[in-house]
Amino acid sequence: MRIEIPELCIVALVGVSGSGKSTFAKTSFKPTEVLSSDYFRALISDDENNQAVSPQAFDALYYVARKRLELGLLTVIDATNVQEESRKEIIKLAKEQNIHAVAIVLDLPESVCRERNAKRDDRNFGSTVIAKQAAQLKRSLKYLKKDGFRFVYTLKSEADIADCEIVRTPLWNDRKSEHGPFDIIGDVHGCYDELTELLRKLGYEVDAESFTAAPPVGRKAVFLGDLCDRGPKNAEVLRLVMNMHKSGGAYCVPGNHDAKLLKHLRGSSVQVSHGLAVTLEQIENQVGGFKRDVTDFIDGLISHYVFDDGKLVVAHAGLPEKYQGRASARVRDFCLYGDTNGETDEFGLPVRLPWAEDYRGRALVVYGHTPIPEVRNVNGAVCIDTGCVFGGKLTAYRYPERETVQVEAAREYYAPIRPLAPTEKDEDLLDIEDISGKRYIGTKLRGRVKVSEEQSTAALEVMSRYAADPHWLIYLPPTMSPCETSDLPEYLEYPTQAFEYYRSRGVDKVVCERKHMGSRSVIVLCRNAEVAAQRFGVADGSNGIISTRTGRHFFDDAVTERALLERLNVALDRSGFWAEFATDWVCLDAELMPWSAKARELVVEQYAPVGRAGRDGTRAAVAALESALAAQPNGAGLSELLDRYREKSDMLERYTDAYRRYCWTVNGIDDYRIAPFHILATEGKVWNTENHVRHMETIKAFITGTDPIFMATDYMVVDLADGASVPAATDWWVELTSSGGEGMVVKPYDFTVFKGTELLQPAVKCRGREYLRIIYGAEYTTAEHMSRLKKRSLNRKRNLALNEFALGIESLERFVGGEPLYGVHECVFGVLAMESEPVDPRL
Amino acid sequence: MLLTITYTGRDTPDLGYLLYKNPNRGTQTFDLAFGRAHVFYPEITDTRTTAALLLDIDPLDLAKGKGNSEGLFDYVNDRPYVSSSFMSVAISKVFGTAMTGRADSRQELSDSPLDLSAEIAMLPCNADFAMLARIFEPLGYTVSYENCVLDERFPEWGESRYVNLSLRGNVRLRDLLKHIYVLLPVFDRQKHYWVGDDEVDKLLRMGEDWLEAHPERKYIVDRYLYRQRDLVGEYFSRLNDGVSEPEVTPVREPSLNAKRLDAVFSALKDAGAHSVIDLGCGEGRLLSLLLKDGQFTKIAGMDVAQSALKRASDRLRLETASERISERVTLFQGSLTYRDGRIAGYDAASVMEVIEHMDATRLAVFERVVFDFAKPRVVVLTTPNRDYNAVYEKLSAEDMRHGDHRFEWTRAEFAAWVKAVCAKFGYRAAVSGIGEEREDYGSPTQMGVFERCE
Repeated sequence: MRIEIPELCIVALVGVSGSGKSTFAKTSFKPTEVLSSDYFRALISDDENNQAVSPQAFDALYYVARKRLELGLLTVIDATNVQEESRKEIIKLAKEQNIHAVAIVLDLPESVCRERNAKRDDRNFGSTVIAKQAAQLKRSLKYLKKDGFRFVYTLKSEADIADCEIVRTPLWNDRKSEHGPFDIIGDVHGCYDELTELLRKLGYEVDAESFTAAPPVGRKAVFLGDLCDRGPKNAEVLRLVMNMHKSGGAYCVPGNHDAKLLKHLRGSSVQVSHGLAVTLEQIENQVGGFKRDVTDFIDGLISHYVFDDGKLVVAHAGLPEKYQGRASARVRDFCLYGDTNGETDEFGLPVRLPWAEDYRGRALVVYGHTPIPEVRNVNGAVCIDTGCVFGGKLTAYRYPERETVQVEAAREYYAPIRPLAPTEKDEDLLDIEDISGKRYIGTKLRGRVKVSEEQSTAALEVMSRYAADPHWLIYLPPTMSPCETSDLPEYLEYPTQAFEYYRSRGVDKVVCERKHMGSRSVIVLCRNAEVAAQRFGVADGSNGIISTRTGRHFFDDAVTERALLERLNVALDRSGFWAEFATDWVCLDAELMPWSAKARELVVEQYAPVGRAGRDGTRAAVAALESALAAQPNGAGLSELLDRYREKSDMLERYTDAYRRYCWTVNGIDDYRIAPFHILATEGKVWNTENHVRHMETIKAFITGTDPIFMATDYMVVDLADGASVPAATDWWVELTSSGGEGMVVKPYDFTVFKGTELLQPAVKCRGREYLRIIYGAEYTTAEHMSRLKKRSLNRKRNLALNEFALGIESLERFVGGEPLYGVHECVFGVLAMESEPVDPRL
Repeated sequence: MLLTITYTGRDTPDLGYLLYKNPNRGTQTFDLAFGRAHVFYPEITDTRTTAALLLDIDPLDLAKGKGNSEGLFDYVNDRPYVSSSFMSVAISKVFGTAMTGRADSRQELSDSPLDLSAEIAMLPCNADFAMLARIFEPLGYTVSYENCVLDERFPEWGESRYVNLSLRGNVRLRDLLKHIYVLLPVFDRQKHYWVGDDEVDKLLRMGEDWLEAHPERKYIVDRYLYRQRDLVGEYFSRLNDGVSEPEVTPVREPSLNAKRLDAVFSALKDAGAHSVIDLGCGEGRLLSLLLKDGQFTKIAGMDVAQSALKRASDRLRLETASERISERVTLFQGSLTYRDGRIAGYDAASVMEVIEHMDATRLAVFERVVFDFAKPRVVVLTTPNRDYNAVYEKLSAEDMRHGDHRFEWTRAEFAAWVKAVCAKFGYRAAVSGIGEEREDYGSPTQMGVFERCE
């Protein structure tokens, strides 16, 4: 016997004790698919025959069954299931999970069962038990279908069992093996002319007279339902779509209007409103068996489809992840009507709840049903009903291109009952579950990156109290590790170790970039506010942001931010950046100077006071010691102490010089300096595919040079194998740092480099000797300090740098790839969370 | 970092006998827990002798073992270069005997007032500079000081808080040392060690003879003891030999915070709410009020700061609470800029003094989280009334009441926002004031009580 069961379903084995259910299960299913009540009794009580713990055992069994089904895994319940009560639970679970329940009955002669039971010494059910079960089974058999089992198979003998073959069949909605490409078309509502125009625009060969349209090679149309009602040519639309469907050129899912039409055609009484009357009249006017064909066509439509390995789902009114690939009346209703709760709005229409706001599924869902002025993607759910029949547009969404192709309605065929404006609620609001707790974030560069609960707890406060609108935050920069500690006595950091890091890992060419001493900033600029609204979902009229490395607005006052962004916009306009890179927005990684602009409080509260007290204090000590030495030229220890304080005094002067170099007074916008050093992303492109010379040169060519605010960065390409190149770069660093430069950043020539599977540091910094006074303290260069400071470990810092780098690139990839906000934000939040990790702040 | 004491008169090198430090020995060095102290004499003449105490603090030792919580502060730190509690400790270590007044060979000199002066280099003066005179003059000193700009290159950064302080007077050496010992930390206000019970002992000992009668005694004691009320109380009670000073407790007007809690509590009570969630519960003051009232059967507190939740949990003693209380009260970390299923399902939500801590641009999200997703039947929300700021003398027109406030609304602005929220999310609301009401300015706090239209 051939037993066909859906790939995903719950299977109840039904049979008296001893009928061979467990043996049958073992030969027919994977061991993990079978949940046996005996096994669960044993799990919780150490005795599989302990009937007293049956209630608890079934609790545990159904708990596990539910988890499996939620994950979309077939599950077999191996229990007698001869009582209606126990089967009720199975049906309940099937309904809850929107799957079919299947019963496989092992209806073997009672004598066989009794005999088998007798052979088992661990189980001595009296024959009365078997008889009772057999009686219950007999009664049950009639009712199984009625109970709610979609398929019932009965095996009456050992031979039946031996012969049977279980075949798992995919659900009708399962078209995972279809990869498209598709042209998904929104609600047509009888707008035949617009439909044919759209199909032509999409490259279909349309014969409007004979109602046929042949797709371009390889493509298929997918209609999202609501083919008829309200529009002028309902029958024509139906004919065309039915023909395309028949010839294999189109898929079609039903809409609520189609469902209502079907009901009417089948003779049920429905309210003839919302344009149904016209549709009916037009159908009646058609010749031949058209009415019958329409009936059969709609009747045969599948509520939704899952395409392309589960990456694309289409349904008329959308579908949450838990319903995708499932089949039940509930699922079908959702596909037709969307998320409703019985309420109606002030227009008397059912309230449509914004299901997409909750959507966090992996699949892209394309749907229609709710007319809106423009195509809208909320969390990876794209509504493409642009209200053609209401005078809007007919939209096709091309997959996998993710492009829209549209045709304007010739006119308003039907006055909208409620305005087409998107409900304000239709936003991609972030949920606490998108970020909280322990998380593993999948990254292309470094696999799964772990964010611990402590880290996300710490970041939540920072993110929600200080960070800018998350729509703007598509990237947070990673921390950067210094090079290994130098073995030169005078230096904590020296270029040798920076070069060595890369050379020893097989990198032969690096780029040394001058390190500016300002504050790290990430700049997002859109050409205008419309781009900001469309691409970033920021509709407050701003066109960009300058943010800090923790995602805060760099400037407290919006005026300065806006002015700097405007200057950048002008520079990019003038240089032709937008056209050259075919983009309307850009994300830059930059250093913003002066340091004192952002760090003023730090300078005034900490750096300057230390300089003041240190200089004056040591000077006073020197003066006192000089007097003492004059009074007692041979006084024990006086001259040594004087030397010591003279050295201190000198170091405090140097320290003061060091911090002063990075401070200047800002009287106006022209006193700021911005040095971009990475172009992080533009439309369609994350720039980690470009090497650093290309970054530097593109910045020079398109951003800096015209406006003095924007500074190019000095850099040098170093061939690590070349005996002359390395010393030259080292000299460059020495010169740079002895004249007050912060130091340099050494990067591999290519942006992202692996050694085998090991991701290398995207950059290591090598900081100047004088600069480091403001990090390690004014007196760090004395031998007694230096020897202690040299014992520093970089491991944690480096691991952090790599994780943050991987997350940063991932967030850009996700943003550029059109992923929903929550996916981008997850990575950005992850970087911030990592930053709560305690590492030596001096590194 | 440097203290010099100069004795003017005849046979002034005798200062060495009083300090127990021989002037002719070059430098003498003493090890301290945080570095070293050097004593030497910059001037030794018959008529004028100066002793110097120079601190040599190891900055790396200072930073050690402090973890990373303070960031770079530990590494770039003024402590090695200023005259702070480190100096006080050094004085007591190096000149301990002199402070007792014992001077075996020159006892008479030690017991006599002398013409002494002291120069204290780089005293961090965390007070009005005028306080220097008000503190030292009653002790018989002529006070002078010089202060300096923070950085001469950047005059716009203003003055530094450091002063070079000179004291001149006819005093006993031991008194001079004790005055300096006690008063350095009074000005600096950053002790490098834990201020505990033994600080009261020290203050009683070092302040004997002079502190009791000092007109600024309260100021000195408060600051020396870090304003720890129990320590200050202990000082005064022990000073009077166990007789505690009659603490004048005027009948005080309840604080604004208390009034606010009371008003919000009443609003929740009157609304007939049984389950309440306090959004931004802080350390749980409102929660503990709610807990005492049986009407509230389900109470939750949410805050974005884990530290606040810990304090709330301590205040409510949740760790050791009975099962019934544990079932009644929940605390969790959450944020009002993320949608959160845990906020839903309460009759009422309170949002006290929270929204002004959010950037105005994030308010739209907050509105949706509270009024659209959680949508409790009642929302009680308070925020400062900007109009009232005019009443506070210390606030200028642009100032806000708290450094973290992102905005403060006038009554008109608040009313407009309340109206907009009601229209958007289907609520009706009543707005009122909390605290003393002033004509033209209203009350310091404004409250909106929102009720969902059914």
